[in-house]
Amino acid sequence: MGWFIIKRLGWMLLTLWVVYSVSFVLMRSVPGSPLSAERKVSPEIEQNLKRRYRLDQPLGVQYWDDLRRIVPHGDLGASLKIQDFSVNEIIAQGFPVSASLGILALAFALTLGLTAGIISAVRRGSLADFSMMTIATIGIALPNFVIAGIVIILFVFLWPLFPPGGWGRISNIILPAFCLGAPYAAYIARLTRTGMLDVLSQDYIRTAFAKGLSERTVILRHALRGALLPVVSFLGPAIAGVLTGSLVVEKIFGIPGLGVHFVNAALQLDYPLAMGLVLLYTTLLYVMNLLVDLSYAILDPRVKLH
Amino acid sequence: MTETEQPPALPSTQSAELQRYERLLAEAEQIQGISLWRDAWRRLRKNRVAMISLGYLIVLSLLAVLTPLLPLQPPRQQITKLAFQAPTASPLFIREYKIAENEPAENPDEPLPTQAKIDADGFGPLNWFDRSLLAARRAIFGEWCFNSICGRDRLGRDLFARLFWGARVSLLVGLVATLVALVIGVSYGAIAGYLGGRVDNVMMRIVDVMYSIPFIFVVIFIISILNTEDVKALMAKWGIDRLTVFFLVVGAIFWLTMARVVRGQVVSLRNEQFVEAARVIGASRRRIIFRHVVPNLLSVVIVYLTLTIPQVMLFEAFLSFLGLGVERPDVSWGLLANEGVEVITPVRTVWWMVVYPGLALAMTLFALNFLGDGLRDALDPRMKNR
Repeated sequence: MGWFIIKRLGWMLLTLWVVYSVSFVLMRSVPGSPLSAERKVSPEIEQNLKRRYRLDQPLGVQYWDDLRRIVPHGDLGASLKIQDFSVNEIIAQGFPVSASLGILALAFALTLGLTAGIISAVRRGSLADFSMMTIATIGIALPNFVIAGIVIILFVFLWPLFPPGGWGRISNIILPAFCLGAPYAAYIARLTRTGMLDVLSQDYIRTAFAKGLSERTVILRHALRGALLPVVSFLGPAIAGVLTGSLVVEKIFGIPGLGVHFVNAALQLDYPLAMGLVLLYTTLLYVMNLLVDLSYAILDPRVKLH
Repeated sequence: MTETEQPPALPSTQSAELQRYERLLAEAEQIQGISLWRDAWRRLRKNRVAMISLGYLIVLSLLAVLTPLLPLQPPRQQITKLAFQAPTASPLFIREYKIAENEPAENPDEPLPTQAKIDADGFGPLNWFDRSLLAARRAIFGEWCFNSICGRDRLGRDLFARLFWGARVSLLVGLVATLVALVIGVSYGAIAGYLGGRVDNVMMRIVDVMYSIPFIFVVIFIISILNTEDVKALMAKWGIDRLTVFFLVVGAIFWLTMARVVRGQVVSLRNEQFVEAARVIGASRRRIIFRHVVPNLLSVVIVYLTLTIPQVMLFEAFLSFLGLGVERPDVSWGLLANEGVEVITPVRTVWWMVVYPGLALAMTLFALNFLGDGLRDALDPRMKNR
């Protein structure tokens, strides 16, 4: 297993390098420079600014300099648009916010999805099964900003339970986490249901029932473990989706996370910030996928890591 | 094949033998092989949800193509005094609103706008197909059109009409971008699977690396590059619009899964016994590929197609939300839903601007998902002849 992790981390470095290069080329192929949108300054001052941010160097030199700065120290440079902040500081401020939102959304998706999936598999064909699966299908088919819009109309304006936006209190995070997690809760519910139905028809479940175990024990201890496999392998894409979905949800609810920064950085050509965020997201995604693969091997002894 | 089955030429003394052969031949001719497709179609027809979805999608596509023929209000006509009008279905039909007749011109000397001018403002630029449909509609329905049964937006535009015009863009985006992904994915996967060995290894490693790139961010980059004025001017010179680029970019993302799936299929099919059997009885390579390998790929590809279109449509909605999707004044469902989310205020709840576009999107994605699931079951070879 140690060898597996080392190999995967090696691939991660390669991927990060590819992402860095692609992003670098893309960003620098944009016409205009991050300084050109500012108020008009005299050419000498613009030259000075360029020198300060090293934008006057040839592209190849910039590429290597940036890479040499990022690789040993993890120093992502200074933001070109947000004054007096380095990219590392911006990430340090926004990351805990986005991370708590994302974790809560995933936790919500998992609890709701698993519960709904198990109940509808066990009570197959009942009204509960039908209604939960209908809701799940709707959840999959709606973009999360539409869910957010409907939820805001219902629970902020018509029945004022929650504040419309902002950050800092517990009531601020519930609606955004719901909107972010809802589509994944729906997917997980469907996956759990299918997996459960598969497992429940197998011999070892019949054996477990035959030796007199209670339904609760059979389902939670014997069946669920097998049914979890597809859910676990879905977690990789789900994490990626939560990362991108938080762009939308943070914008709607006015949450000071990283998502808003990313779109603005890309649109305003804030090279260091955009690059820093892309690298951060790639790393996160890769590490999460690695964890998913590892837990998959723990859950299913037949899976061999190589 | 036919040569091998013909009875050998026999002398007349062995007529009993000959008769037996002839009987066998006649029997063999009577047996009708059920093709994979007919069998799948038979099973799909039994799946009621999938059939309803298929019907819905066919009707929706037809309506989307024929939108100018339908008695709808002009989708871009702004009637500011009716802004945010709630959905109203009585009367069901109204006469088309004419700015020239209803609002006094600021300058009375100005000539009244012609019908062509009103149409150009209300419908935007149309190609010859849409223009002729519009002319046909005027001939059939005259000036009658549906009232605003889905309400009106911020500028007093009719949401019902905009939903139909948005359907055209949304469906087109979903379909074309998925086809682009399909072409890239199938060729890449088939080449990797067919060549095998080291080439296969390298090609699939590339796919692995690309999988872990968060492509949404790359797309945001690309589209923000396209948003700058210089690039827009350059693109206009080459005759490319943002929609075309969108197709290519989205197609370039979604091909990865397709490539993996197709490659896996090709690798396993190459060593299947029925392929060997076909080779043994002397079928040509071409015949093996098109008659035996491709049909087996096709089912996977079709299922993947119906399940990718919803993802692409959701992705388009996501980009529209960030202001990077379809450009106004073009509309798509994602853009409409986003406009609805933008006007949510505590003062008035304009629920219809969120609910109806969301409903249109949800129903279509619903149908596509159900159809995809149904097709997967129907094309599953393990279910054959059941």
